Amino acid sequence: MTMNAISRSQIYVLDQDAALDFYVNKLGMEVNTDQDLGFMRWLTVNLPGDPEREILLEKPGPPALDPATAEQVRELLTKGALGGYLFMTTDDARKTHEDLVAKGVEITDEPTERPYGIDFGIRDPFGNRIRIGQMFPRA
Amino acid sequence: MSRAVEESNRAMLRARDAMDRAYAEPLDIPALARIAHVSEAHFIRTFRATFGETPHRYLQRRRVERAMALLVETDRDVTDICYAVGFGSLGTFSRTFRQIVGQSPSDFRRQRVAPANVPSCFTKAWTRPSSFG
Repeated sequence: MTMNAISRSQIYVLDQDAALDFYVNKLGMEVNTDQDLGFMRWLTVNLPGDPEREILLEKPGPPALDPATAEQVRELLTKGALGGYLFMTTDDARKTHEDLVAKGVEITDEPTERPYGIDFGIRDPFGNRIRIGQMFPRA
Repeated sequence: MSRAVEESNRAMLRARDAMDRAYAEPLDIPALARIAHVSEAHFIRTFRATFGETPHRYLQRRRVERAMALLVETDRDVTDICYAVGFGSLGTFSRTFRQIVGQSPSDFRRQRVAPANVPSCFTKAWTRPSSFG
């Protein structure tokens, strides 16, 4: 048995419409699947040209979580402590950074050249951390 | 009630992000309270309740953490590093550094081993000396 790809990852968002606006209109991702399953809205996005890797934008709430737990998740998320973390790569970190600043995206860490590449940090509207890097070829 | 907590958390996180991003700038409580859209007194109280230490303390330790990184990763002299991370005087820097790290910047530089190449956001989060262990 060999597993061969990471195909779906999940983060929590507080509002799926606001999440769509951020991930699609600001970050330039594409909607992969947006379907009302009745019990939940299954909403996934992917980077253009890479539909095999999706991110599920899940809203915490009942019945998956009891109301009190959902509140705890929301509180942790908004204080940046929930842990959902996305790493993405780009061909040009400084240009991507400029584009995102122009779109009003919150920058948490300015582009910095490190031994592994040039990268910077942003936050989504809910508190999730995202890191965008232009990686040097691995030695 | 809970939505108010979420909004407050998010506002405090914005101010904390500003400290992580712009630590070298003259960030004072009025400037940070403006980022969070609250009064200064409310800001200090709420930040502490949200993250476990006062904004002043957080910023001091952020600056010391950045100084620790520069001491390890570069050959810049201590005075240069002191101003580069946002301290206004070498005396305050040395005193604060010693108080938080337990040794002088020069001694720290001699003893410290450079960490692996993890993303700087993790270095910032995990090597920042905190008030709570």
